[in-house]
Amino acid sequence: MLRVIGHRLLVSIPLLFIVTFAVFGLESLIPGNAAQTILGENATPAAVAQLNTQMGLNDPFFERYAHWVGHAVTGNFGSSVISGAPVWTSVVTRLGVTMSLLIPSLVLAAVAGVVLGMASAVRGGWLARLIDVVSLLGFALPSFWVGLILVSIFAVKLGVLPATGYTPLGTSPSEWIASITLPVVALSLYGITAIAKQTRDSASEVLDSDYIRFLRANGVPERSVLLKHVLRNSSIPVATSLGLISIGALGGTVFIENVFVLPGLGSLATQATLDHDIPVILGVALCFTLAVIAINLVIDLIYGLLNPKVRVS
Amino acid sequence: MTAGVDTTQTHDGPAAPADPARQSIVRSLLRTPRGLLTVGFLVVLFVASLLAPVVAPHDPLHQELKHALEGPSGQYWLGTDGLGRDVLSRLLYGGRSSLLGVLEGVVAHVIVAVPLGIAAGYLGGWTDRIITRVVDIVMSVPTIVILLALLTMFDRNISAAMITLGALSAAGTTRMIRAAALSVRGELFVSAAELLGLSRPQILFRHILPRCRGVIIVQVSLFAAVALGIQTGLTYLSLGPPPPAPTWGGMVADAASSVSNDPWLLVPAGGLIGITVLCFGILGDTVRDITAQSSTASAGLRAPRRRPEPATGAPEEGALLSVRELSVTFRTPSGDRDVLTSVSFDVQPGETLGLVGESGSGKTVTARAVLGLLENNGAVAHGSARFDGVDLLALPRKRWAALRGKRIALISQEPMVALDPSFTVGAQLREVVRAHDHSGRAEAHERVLELLRLVELPDPEEIVKQYPFQISGGMAQRVAIALALAGRPDLLVADEPTTALDVTVQAEILDLLRRLQQETGMAIVLVTHDWGVVADSCSRVAVMYAGQVVERADVEDVFRHPSHPYTRALMATSPEHAERGRPIAAIAGQVPAPGTWPTGCRFAARCPLMTEACRREPVAMVDLGEGRDSRCLMATSILEGTSA
Ligand code: SF4
Repeated sequence: MLRVIGHRLLVSIPLLFIVTFAVFGLESLIPGNAAQTILGENATPAAVAQLNTQMGLNDPFFERYAHWVGHAVTGNFGSSVISGAPVWTSVVTRLGVTMSLLIPSLVLAAVAGVVLGMASAVRGGWLARLIDVVSLLGFALPSFWVGLILVSIFAVKLGVLPATGYTPLGTSPSEWIASITLPVVALSLYGITAIAKQTRDSASEVLDSDYIRFLRANGVPERSVLLKHVLRNSSIPVATSLGLISIGALGGTVFIENVFVLPGLGSLATQATLDHDIPVILGVALCFTLAVIAINLVIDLIYGLLNPKVRVS
Repeated sequence: MTAGVDTTQTHDGPAAPADPARQSIVRSLLRTPRGLLTVGFLVVLFVASLLAPVVAPHDPLHQELKHALEGPSGQYWLGTDGLGRDVLSRLLYGGRSSLLGVLEGVVAHVIVAVPLGIAAGYLGGWTDRIITRVVDIVMSVPTIVILLALLTMFDRNISAAMITLGALSAAGTTRMIRAAALSVRGELFVSAAELLGLSRPQILFRHILPRCRGVIIVQVSLFAAVALGIQTGLTYLSLGPPPPAPTWGGMVADAASSVSNDPWLLVPAGGLIGITVLCFGILGDTVRDITAQSSTASAGLRAPRRRPEPATGAPEEGALLSVRELSVTFRTPSGDRDVLTSVSFDVQPGETLGLVGESGSGKTVTARAVLGLLENNGAVAHGSARFDGVDLLALPRKRWAALRGKRIALISQEPMVALDPSFTVGAQLREVVRAHDHSGRAEAHERVLELLRLVELPDPEEIVKQYPFQISGGMAQRVAIALALAGRPDLLVADEPTTALDVTVQAEILDLLRRLQQETGMAIVLVTHDWGVVADSCSRVAVMYAGQVVERADVEDVFRHPSHPYTRALMATSPEHAERGRPIAAIAGQVPAPGTWPTGCRFAARCPLMTEACRREPVAMVDLGEGRDSRCLMATSILEGTSA
């Protein structure tokens, strides 16, 4: 188990460098002058020159990267070129919103996906076909569009849930739930269907395995066969697939936060992109990468708990 | 999608030799309704977008404010948007940038993934290790944020974003291609080609690449689906071409702004995105189904469960289990297929019946049918299995399940996979004991230890804490036997219990079974292909061939005077047939597969005594007296010949 965690942390360090280095590298690829791009066509030469000095854009590339990394490890990520606010503060305040979207979505996706997948593997018939159709829709329909459809039904037509905006959990738990319900549903749809499919496939395989036949043949009650033995064994490959699904969902928050106007990291990143706010986008990229590392670690742990082969050796 | 196929096809030189797997992917794709439909839709979409200036009914930018937000009509087939622009025309023009984006992504994806995957799989060694490491890391990159960073620097440059997306998401595809290339490399014909002195590029282009084509097409179409989702997402965030240029994502964003007075506008753009993504996705799935072998295709099939027609034959006097005219049918993608026809045998209390035959003869299916544990796509069509007077096949499933473990138990062929790998040996034994005895924890634990001592396992206290993968095959089989005995069954079905073990362990397990049988008085149905096991352990034998019982007799009679040419051939090819551990030696030819059985005698193709009469009609069981039967027209003369 410790080895698994160690390995994960070891591959995480290159990941952090690759992402930040890539973003940094892009900056130096900008045709012409970065400061000009940031400030727009109409900026005065004086303003451009000032920004160049401020961002250290006149220094050589590696020097600037080393400089940024040096500051970053001490928690200093620079400040927004638009608002002047420190990047770290805005990233941290918005992280909560994104997480209160992402975590419930992943939990919902895992629970609903496993239940549907198990039901479809055991029952077959019309339920399996229905799940097939729904998973195709979940795969095909873009989450931002699903979000808009949910808004038009539940917020505009029925008026039961707010269309936009975010209430922090600390302010009012019930309003928090109302404000994240639609976004969470829209964000988790893809995960639900992907996990349902994966669960169905692995559960069908387990149901056909020698040990299930053996346990059934020797009198293990059907309930326990399904809820204990099949569920446990088919959740191992599901846990593996959860990694990529979570990384996908993290990316999905960018679109969902825009649809529902939630002040999270995704909308921060979008705004920064529109504003050419390089320090902010770097901060968000770093934060997303850290989130991915955390997700992978959690999934490694879940995998280890489910799979005794990892635990024992 | 066409893009995906084209890009991969360019790698195939026309001089490449014919390989059956090669040409057929695109053709067999078009032969499936799903494939034809999705390819058709995508081609139409591509052509219509390309020809948008010609086919679009209106100028996509022309505003007709007095027609704003109109629903579908003869003039505006899909209605108009908030500025009175024709939705259909905007979709067609918007398709150009969306599909171009997908194409750019796909090209980058292929350029990165194909060489890397093939290099890793084919070259192996350090190349493989480095590529695999990098792929592992890149798989975790949060791609969206990289794309946003890119668009921060390169204003509205969707092409750059799609190319980056294609390259970054190539990691997963690289991994799949690597696996495919690795398996091809291991195959014989590549090494043969190497011996013939082909150069590396020739091997790559003629052998490796064509065989990876299926994987490439599957991965590329799945990527195309993802790429389209992201392209429309980015344009939805207005990071794409500036307005008023039409984009699919931009149209969704426009629709969103008027969602309260006209929700219809969400439908055309979202629907078209959905359908297109779906087509890419289904295309990938279809190609995967085509290239994967048909083994998975029957996975979802279920045979209808109905009560089988009962058999008319009377059970043997005093039999514990009496199987009569058992016929089993499996549902396969190519129709229903009989795998057992009219199998009959009896087991007396306390005796051991050997069910003998080559693989494919139907012995395991017989055992499973008696336990009520056929696969989902199999069902008993006809027959009865009277156990202690009750026809199991006519019982409601619940009552049949209640007999399993308590009256009839099973041990199976591969002890290493017979136990659930996620639970300890003790947990599994305890669960079964408690299901049978309804006992408390402590009591159940005692019984578990007792069972483990019964099967002669040393140190039961230690073994209960182990997981199945921590113990040896012989130990696992002992644990399996202990588990089967937990319900104190009257009949034990042992499906090739020693085949997977080494010879010395085999002997120990057979000795153990014999001892347990003497102590408990249970009957055993021993499924085996090993005559040594039959000689050692069985009192009676039913020999199976191609889904039928061809000979039934006491064990001594079979060994001394086999009455069926098949049994005789088995004996002849195995002169020291009483030697344990020896499988049935090969007879020329093969057991015909279900679905290819001849009308007449099923052994005819391999039989030295075959005459015209044998092929004419199904051969019935001939009663030879003294509890012997044989399914052969020559049975009587064979018996006279050999006993004379
Ligand atoms: S019936 Fe004819 S073909 Fe069949 S086993 Fe007997 S002799 Fe051979």
